[in-house]
Formats: sequence, C-alpha cells, structure tokens
Amino acid sequence: MKNIIVCALLLALVPLAARAQDEGVKLQAANVDVSNTASLQRGAKFFVNYCMGCHSARYVRYNRVGQDLGLSDPQLESYLMFAGGKVTDTMMSAMPRADAIKWFSTAPPDLSLESRIRGNDWIYTYLKSFYLDPKSATGVNNTVFPHVAMPDVLWELQGTQRAVFNTVKNPDGSSYQVFDHFEQVTPGKMTPAEFDKSVRDITNFLAYMGDPVKLTSLTLGLRVIGFLVVFFIIAYLLKREIWKKVH
Amino acid sequence: MSAEEPKLKRDYLDVTGGWLHGLREWIDARFPMSSFWKKHVSEYYAPKNFNFWYFFGSIALLILVNQILTGIFLAMNYQPSATGAFASVEYIMRDVDWGWLLRYMHSVGASMFFVVVYLHMFRGVMYGSFKKPRELLWIFGVLIYVALMAEAFMGYLLPWGQMSYWGANVIISLFGAIPGIGNTIETWIKGDFGVSGITLNRFFALHVAAVPLVLLGLVLFHLIALHEVGSNNPDGVEIKKHKDPATGIPLDGIPFHPYYTIKDITGVIVFIAIFSAIIFFAPGMHGLFLEPANFEPANPLKTPSDIHPLWYFGPYYAILRSIPNKELGALALLVAVVILFFLPWIDRNPVKSIRYRGPLYRWVLVLFAVTFIVLGYIGMQLATLFWAEIGQRLSELYFLFFVTAWVYSKPRSRAFLVGTFVVVMIIISLLDWISWAPSIAHLKLWSWLIPFGYCLIFLLWPAAMPRLMQPKPVPERVRTKARHGTHAGVRAE
Repeated sequence: MKNIIVCALLLALVPLAARAQDEGVKLQAANVDVSNTASLQRGAKFFVNYCMGCHSARYVRYNRVGQDLGLSDPQLESYLMFAGGKVTDTMMSAMPRADAIKWFSTAPPDLSLESRIRGNDWIYTYLKSFYLDPKSATGVNNTVFPHVAMPDVLWELQGTQRAVFNTVKNPDGSSYQVFDHFEQVTPGKMTPAEFDKSVRDITNFLAYMGDPVKLTSLTLGLRVIGFLVVFFIIAYLLKREIWKKVH
Repeated sequence: MSAEEPKLKRDYLDVTGGWLHGLREWIDARFPMSSFWKKHVSEYYAPKNFNFWYFFGSIALLILVNQILTGIFLAMNYQPSATGAFASVEYIMRDVDWGWLLRYMHSVGASMFFVVVYLHMFRGVMYGSFKKPRELLWIFGVLIYVALMAEAFMGYLLPWGQMSYWGANVIISLFGAIPGIGNTIETWIKGDFGVSGITLNRFFALHVAAVPLVLLGLVLFHLIALHEVGSNNPDGVEIKKHKDPATGIPLDGIPFHPYYTIKDITGVIVFIAIFSAIIFFAPGMHGLFLEPANFEPANPLKTPSDIHPLWYFGPYYAILRSIPNKELGALALLVAVVILFFLPWIDRNPVKSIRYRGPLYRWVLVLFAVTFIVLGYIGMQLATLFWAEIGQRLSELYFLFFVTAWVYSKPRSRAFLVGTFVVVMIIISLLDWISWAPSIAHLKLWSWLIPFGYCLIFLLWPAAMPRLMQPKPVPERVRTKARHGTHAGVRAE
C-alpha cells in the first residue's frame, strides 16, 4: 500500500512538470494583489477611462465595485460613471456592437471574465507589448496577440516602441523572425516604471472582476478550516474514547 | 433476535423514556423505524479492521447529498436557455447571496466526487471486494459510476461556455460511430442537427431530474446489497465465518454505530477541510476543475484550438484518441468501461486481499493505477504524435491488466504462461503492423518495448519463477494491531 501511495504522489508531480513548458512569447509575471484596494481603485479609473470606450464588463455592477473597493454611490457617479445611468447598472460600454464590428471587423470581447480566460500574466504582458507596425491598419501590432484588431489605447501613457526581432535560419536556408526586445521610440507621459505600475493596476482590476469573491473567500476559508481543525480534535478524542474497547 | 442479546449495548433510542418512548412505540407499531435502525446501523456488524481506504464510501454519499442540495439552490437561479445560461451562471456568481459558494461547492463537488469514487473503486479492487459473494454489489457500483459519468457530462454543458459546447459536440458525436444508425441517434440525442438550446434544455432536465433519480435508486441498491452480504475488509476474510455461538454476532465485527459513525465523522471532517481549501483558495484548481476556456460563452462559429473533456474523463478520452479510427476508438472506450462489470469473472483468484496475493499481482495493480493516472494526463494534452503513441501503449497496458488478472486467477502451467505471452505479443505486434506508418516508425519501435516489457515481467517471468504469482497464506481471522502476527490459525490457500 505504501508503494501505491508513493507512486501516486510521484505521478501527481508529472503534470506540474509538464505544465511548466509552454510555447509562444514568454509572459511577464503580473504579481497582482486583489487585496490592495488602492491599486484596484486606480485600476478601475484606468478601466473606465481607457477600456470602457469599447469594452464592457456586462456582469459587473457599479455598486458592487463600490462596495468591494470602498467607494460610495456619489463617488462612483463622479469618478467611474461618465455616461450617467444608475449605480445598480452593469458596466456597459456606450459603443454599439454593430459599429464596433464595422470599425474593427470584430466586436471587442466582454472583459468581465477576461482574467479567468487568459490569466493575469497574459493581460499584463499583452498591454505592454504593442509596437509600431506600419503594415497594420491601427499602426500597431502586438507580440502576445499578433495582428490584434485592438489599437494601442495606452500609447499616450507608454509612448511608442519598436520591436527588435532576431532572424533565425532554418537548416534548409529559409529563415524566420523571433522577437527579442522592445526599443522606446517616443517617450510617453509616464516613465516605464510608472507605466508598469499602471498596467499592473489595470490587470489587478481585471483579476478582481474575474473573481470578485476572492476578496472575501480567502479569509472565510481560513475561518472555516480553523473551525474544522477544532471540530476534528473533538471528534478524534471521542473516536478514541469509543474505540478503546476494540482490540 | 433481541431476546437473547446480552445487555451490553445501550438502546440509543430508548434513553429518554417517557412520552418519547411512547411515540417510538406508536411509530414502531406502524412503521419499522427501530428495527430498521438496528438492522442497518446499530446492529449492522462491520469488520473491525477497516483502514484509511474505507472512508471513501461514506464520503461519496456525503458528496451526493452536497450535489443534490447545492444543485437545488442553483436551479432556482439558473436559466436553461442558450441566450440566458451563461449570464445566469455569472448572475449566481455575483448577484445571488452566497451564490458563488453554492456554485463552487457544486463544481468542485463534481470533481471531488470522481476523486472519491476512483479511490473507492480502487479500494474494491485492492481488497477483492468485487469477488463472490459481492458481485452484484460491485455491479451496482459500476452502474453508479456510469450514471455519474452521464450526470457529470450533462452538467458540464449547463454553464454554456466554450468547452461545455465543444466538449458536448465531441462526446455526442461518439454516438455517431454506431454503425448504420449512428447519425440518427446523434441527432436524436441533440434534438437538433447541432448542439443547441434544445440540447441544453433536455440536458438540464436529465441532469436535475432523470439521472439523479437513477443515481439515488442505484445507491440504495448498492447499500441493500452491501448489508445483505456484509462488508469486506483489508484482509479479505469473511467475518461471518466466526460467530459467537451464544449471540450469533461475528467475533471480528463491531456495530456500525457508534464505532464507524464516529470514525467516519473524523474522516469526513478531514475531507471537508480539503474540500474547503479548494473551494476557498483555488476553486478552478488551476484549470483542472474549471477550464479557462469555459469562462468564454459558447460560440458555434469559433472552435477552440484544443477540445478536451474535464480531467475525470481523461483516461477514456486518451483511449479513444489512441486509435486513429473513430469507430474502433469509440469501441475501445466502450470496452474500457464495460470490462469493469466483468471484473468478478475475470479475476477469479480465491484470495481477495492484495495483502495475500503474490508479489507480481501487487505490482501489476500498482501499475494499473499508474497507467490510469498517466492516461488521464495524456487525455488532457494536445494529440501530438508522441502522446498519441504513448497513449496507445498505455491503453494496451490498461487492457493487459485484465488479461494478467485473469491469468493469475489460479496456478498456471509453464506452457500456459508462455502461450499467453506469445498470443498477447502477436496481437500487439499485429496492431502495430496495421497502424504502421514510416513517419512514426522510430517511435513505434521503441514504444513496442513498453507492452513487451510488461508481458515479459508479468506473463513470462512467473513461468520461470512460479512463486511470484503464488498467494501467501490467508489468516483465518482479521488482523488487528493487537493481534498482528499472532493469529491462532493460519491456513494455506
């Protein structure tokens, strides 16, 4: 039996080891912290200013955001709700879907659950990876999501950058391009460090929207498990008492 | 029955006396309440040597209750329609009070149900609990497992995410592999020419009403069969063989209540702690329990790059994909499940417990568990040439376990073992010859060593050393810590 358990444990590690390797551009760690309310508030501000022009978060209600981020209803109305509406509304973009499809050839996806589909690291790296590409309709391209229809909405903050590619030769003489690094072309309103922090805030807000209960479930979970530990001790002592007679 | 009983046990329903006692007598005159409690709980005698592996039966029952209760509350807010399903799940997650907890308890519960049922089934195989006289008990168990797979599959369509939609498409299309009438059956199941809101509606009805009723009925049958024949135990000896002549109570039996009720409560608490840790800290289990692609609403126009079912179907999905022919692959999948029903007639070795089986049987069983886990892993990978080939080899090992278990049923002659080895290797090599392709020649040649090595060890080696498949003497009575190694009578099997 011990053999079995040891084998099972070793095998449980196989998927972890294999999962580590992935193809595509290397993602940068977002290192978000949904318990950082100030970061979430800044992220919410960026979100309504830069993302909600096109993207909705149709499952997220303003007053729930207010409740979780410590914002009162008047604060929500003045800082996050530019187009009017009620605080009980969900965060819908004003852009009509039909127009979006006409302008971008595809409707911008809803962002309520984007962090759960793509992961935080993907969002963080993606937002930082736009580069100038004259061949593209929007003037920019993205290393994480090549030929994405979305323009670089944060260019004012980040400035513009150029992607430097290395040429790798195949044995048969053909070659292909591998992304190496970015070079700043024009400076933005923010320094690179400030910009990273802002993108982290946006990512944090998206992470919060994907799983808003995360804010409470961690502490609740610890309490539940704490209770179960105490319950287990009592139940185990009772078990030992009852089983005393069995040999 | 109770007249001759010594006054050792307290009657738990009788302690209060007075009007409650009167009420009990009133009920007992009309309904077998006390006798039922005695027969199935306070005087159901279970072997006293149950170990860790015996927690999973009661835990499985607990999860069934959890799934039903959380399911009822989820159904109050869920909308089974193609336009409303996805949004209503998010409504439950965000706007319904404690809705997120109900939903995570239900989704994590589904995965944990399979974890527990797999451990419970493995326990049954390990200690020979499927053998005579428990064949029907085992068959009801496998039926529960099949019903559970149907329940989980239909439930997974309900969130109407991308993986719900495309996973359902792939799995329903398997019915299309039935010769002649396959396509008609496929359309009949879907209720449409593609998976649609109509499919969702019927899956909802089946998931919340039909299959749960079947499951509850089967669980009842499983328990009735268990209480008829009595529980097996880690030593695989029948406790009913040695009864106290005065009372008729098995000498190695203890009443289920209070002994196993309190013991199971401690196990249940540990389980709930693990369950809670997942629910509160990692409800998606990093994509294993809730797949990232399923947070995107179903879109019939956008096929995901990789479609695979949830982890608990992984082993069967790997077996399906290991054969590059849809009909044969679906057949292999079917056989892989159906063969479980026949286990009592495949492994006919009179020694039940792995504790007293020969060393090779112990290792072949460990390898079977390993094969199943690795197949599950392969089922979730992209079907590259490498994984397809390894999946094919491990599928062979999956079925070879049953061959080996059949061979080990009784002492075999050298000629029989060598003959089986030759026949098995010819069949495997023939399969390779049929699926031969120059592009995978190298892979095929070295991976051929996997079933070859397996058969060499488990079929040919015992021909040279017969004691490797020879069981050890089985004790007459169950072993306990107090009596370990000092049992009165040891008989050779």
